[in-house]
Amino acid sequence: MNLFAKLYYPLRKAWKAVGLYLVIAGPGIVVMVADNDAGGITTYAATGAKYGYHLIWFLLILIPVAYYVQEMTVRLGAITKRGHAEAIFDGFGAFWGWFSLLDLLILDWLTLVTEFVGMTAALTIFGAPPWITVIGVILLMAVIVLNGRYWTFEKLALLFCALNLVYIPGAFLVHPSVRDIIHQGLIPNFAGGFNGQLFFFLMANIGTTIAPWMLFFQQSAVVDKGMLEKDIPWGRFDTLLGSIITVVVAVFIVIVTGTVLHGIDIDDAAQAAQELMKTDRYVGTFLAIGLFDAGLLGAICISLASSWAFGEIFGWAHSLNTKIRQAPWFYATYFMLLITAGLVVLIPRAPLVLITLFVQVIAVTLLPAALVFLILLLNDRTTMGERRNTPVQNLIGGFIVVSIIILSTLYGFSVLFPNLFK
Amino acid sequence: MSAFRNLFAKIRAINARYHEPRIEMSGAVRLSLLVLRVYLLALVALMIYKFVLIVTQG
Repeated sequence: MNLFAKLYYPLRKAWKAVGLYLVIAGPGIVVMVADNDAGGITTYAATGAKYGYHLIWFLLILIPVAYYVQEMTVRLGAITKRGHAEAIFDGFGAFWGWFSLLDLLILDWLTLVTEFVGMTAALTIFGAPPWITVIGVILLMAVIVLNGRYWTFEKLALLFCALNLVYIPGAFLVHPSVRDIIHQGLIPNFAGGFNGQLFFFLMANIGTTIAPWMLFFQQSAVVDKGMLEKDIPWGRFDTLLGSIITVVVAVFIVIVTGTVLHGIDIDDAAQAAQELMKTDRYVGTFLAIGLFDAGLLGAICISLASSWAFGEIFGWAHSLNTKIRQAPWFYATYFMLLITAGLVVLIPRAPLVLITLFVQVIAVTLLPAALVFLILLLNDRTTMGERRNTPVQNLIGGFIVVSIIILSTLYGFSVLFPNLFK
Repeated sequence: MSAFRNLFAKIRAINARYHEPRIEMSGAVRLSLLVLRVYLLALVALMIYKFVLIVTQG
């Protein structure tokens, strides 16, 4: 009885904390899991197939990297009540504002095309023709965003995030050697020595972990959700949890392909799913479902990032808490991006490989700018007050930002000039 | 036609509203923006070079 009395209040307090977190939870987890989009799944699948478990330790390093960058958007959004696009316009003037906005639009649209490529490829495995996938996805996304409530969108998005965990049972089905995972995967090593190809894979993994649209999406989502300064600690926890989940999912994809497809060159995740079907039907099915889900979640968030950004700048109503009649331009931008990107996939002989490469190159032009603006805005005493970056945060954030800029730039170079690192 | 006129008017209004950067232009901010400009110009030059290379080499 005494023990029960002692435990009752701490448990009630903990339960209340969980309840409070569930109210605040969303932007961090959604943006992080959506980052494991079709391109991300392809990168992780190819990494596992090429290097087995040897780069798992590197993926784990990306947890704090993703967290530190995205955490800054939580603070900026909660304090300024402005999205990232508006913050750039306001802070740095119209030139840098338009540069960021138009770059974001081009990049988001190209990335959306790659999401549709992933989704159609995934459902082709189950016999669905691409046109059915495209129409089905657009209708599904209309249902998700047109209900007029941010809360409903977020909870549906969290459901798709949960589906992203399908890779975890998939990894158990292929019976990997836990001993090998610990010995090869958790001790930092460069399998086969540090060469150009390994460097390319490391850069690709970083490139898929931090994307420019993520900064715009999370900050706008924080504003649309109505998070306040007092919610920042929960927003941070949400972001940390999201960054852990996204990397754990990536690790399990690497385990799946590293166990079954080690030594096979993988060009895309759909190919990995087809190869896996030959050895284990269920695992192949899981990978295909996961690829579709990743593309869908990525598409939802990417189109929203652009619609929010344009709404902020053009002064249109731009909240998911509004109905289509109240915010016609916001929803028009959302669907225009979605429909045009979906149509590109249906064009016979469309240069989809070129588009995929272009995404990486364009990202290199926007990512450094967005990150530099982020650090500078977080140091603005007038806006951020006591919530501005501390010297330690600047040191960590600055190091991460400079490293990402250097590596993503080299990655962009390697895409433009494939023989550069060979 | 009036839709385009409205759009351009809106863009002009946005340019006027955000004409002056609000952030304090300290030395570090100016230097960061200058480095960013140089970086982006170099990147654009590289892309143009690559484009020319693709066109001339078929």
